[in-house]
Amino acid sequence: MELVDDPLVREQLVRQQAATLDRRAAAGRGLRQIAVFSVFVVVLGFLYSGYKIFGQAIDDAQTDWPALGSVLPRTDDLNMPPILDILGEFTVTPGGTDQILGRQLFDEAMFTLREATVGFLAGIVVGLAIAIALARSRRLERGLFPYVIASQTIPLIAIAPLVIVWGRKNLDFVPWEWQDWMSVSIIATFLTFFPVAVNGLRGLQSPKPENLELMESYAAGWGQTLRRLRFPAAIPYLFTAAKIAATASVVGAIVGEISAGVGGGLGRRVFLEAQRYTTGPERLYAAVIASAVLGIFVFLVITAAERFTLGRQGREALS
Amino acid sequence: MTTHAVRIESVSKIFNPGRPNEVQALVDIDLDISPGEFVTLIGPSGCGKSTLLRLIASLIDPSGGTIHVNGKSAEQARLDQDYGMAFQRAGLFDWRTVAKNIELPLELMGWKKSERERRSKEMLELVKLGEFGDHHPAELSGGMQQRIAIARSLSFSPSLLLMDEPFGALDEMTREHMQDEVLRLWSETGTTVVFVTHSIPEAVYLSTRVVVMSPRPGRIATTIDVDLGGRSDDTRAETPFFETVTEVRAALRAVEAA
Repeated sequence: MELVDDPLVREQLVRQQAATLDRRAAAGRGLRQIAVFSVFVVVLGFLYSGYKIFGQAIDDAQTDWPALGSVLPRTDDLNMPPILDILGEFTVTPGGTDQILGRQLFDEAMFTLREATVGFLAGIVVGLAIAIALARSRRLERGLFPYVIASQTIPLIAIAPLVIVWGRKNLDFVPWEWQDWMSVSIIATFLTFFPVAVNGLRGLQSPKPENLELMESYAAGWGQTLRRLRFPAAIPYLFTAAKIAATASVVGAIVGEISAGVGGGLGRRVFLEAQRYTTGPERLYAAVIASAVLGIFVFLVITAAERFTLGRQGREALS
Repeated sequence: MTTHAVRIESVSKIFNPGRPNEVQALVDIDLDISPGEFVTLIGPSGCGKSTLLRLIASLIDPSGGTIHVNGKSAEQARLDQDYGMAFQRAGLFDWRTVAKNIELPLELMGWKKSERERRSKEMLELVKLGEFGDHHPAELSGGMQQRIAIARSLSFSPSLLLMDEPFGALDEMTREHMQDEVLRLWSETGTTVVFVTHSIPEAVYLSTRVVVMSPRPGRIATTIDVDLGGRSDDTRAETPFFETVTEVRAALRAVEAA
């Protein structure tokens, strides 16, 4: 290292070395997270199996063990099918079909993912528009914000059939053929716009007073301040919102499918397998696992996008 | 008659007028600043020195009186971008690289990309951080961030630089280093500087004129001309420096006793 006479620059060189070490540590953290998650899944499997054996034992003994046994639920193959049976079910070809269940669930997950993705993107657009409008005008914020919150107290089951019927009857003006899955996306949007609007508003309002004064000293208008200060400042908040919205979009799509009676996705699958639970509990478990995996998948996609974007900007994610 | 860089005539400022929390922040302020001066506003907290700076910047409007910057109204001067401003916290945008931060005002003024880049490179050289253009602010120390903020405020060559306790958050060593930097920039660019501080040695070391303000309500108590010649490391150890420091301190004591 060359000798530098400026004390500030010298300090900087030390910091740079520290930052390089930090980045290496961060890469190691990523691997460690995957390892921890894998171990956690295995531990969960053992806990499940362990409790199953325990619940079975107190049931077989037909005696109430002191304290514990009288409170804890007993288990059998109906309420807790063996874990290997559940995993095995993915490779079984159910009667009346010509594909293994795993493949069917994958196709259904893709169907639901399409609904969820459109609902997610629409939620970002709608939520951001609301956030910008509310950030623009204090009066609008006071007047409209309670309704934004109230919107989330409306049960999805109530609006789902409405949206389906409304979509079939009134959205025939769109240049493409309106299909029921698009209505499910609208239902999902109902859940996804909310975190984006709330967090987005907080993010747009997050710049410090001195930064706003700086923009004002440059005689920058509201639009320029939005574009160059408020919006970039809101990005970490929006990623946090996007993570919530992404998982909510899967929930919204599944609930939307069920309550609107739209077939082809995981929602219909969960609904059907719940009805014929007694003849095939493994299949319901498999469907639930598929839904969970889909939710985790979309969450991880957003997390990766967040790390990439903020990392490039030298910023940290909001925890 | 030459145009004053800043001309403040019987300016007053009342916050929350007519309400229970009404505050008389400034009364009866008269101050003329000539081009090329380095004027420091000093006083106890609550004396309205930052308020006065914001009035010059037209970030707030006076309740009475008039302020002219370069012969125009303060607002027109702001719209024409006649001044650059630096705050106590550097206030860099952490999603922009250092170079892009310096280019921010140039972007807003519609400079071409090539000219922006050329200028930010020049400014980085000026504040001696030439190799840090691609870094993000979070990777820099507080003193370096403040240098970038000063480079940003000077990037469009404003004739007036307004600084609000820019070194208040820095440690003493860095602070003295930065004072020399600002004096160098001031002599190299010929910019008029209005500088708010609550440090007496800082005010004396930097200024051609120290304006001592008194609190409740804020007014100008006295102004003290500083004539120390060219500054160097020795300046702070010489008698004229101490004499002026003592003079300013006495003025501040008088203000607080009143």
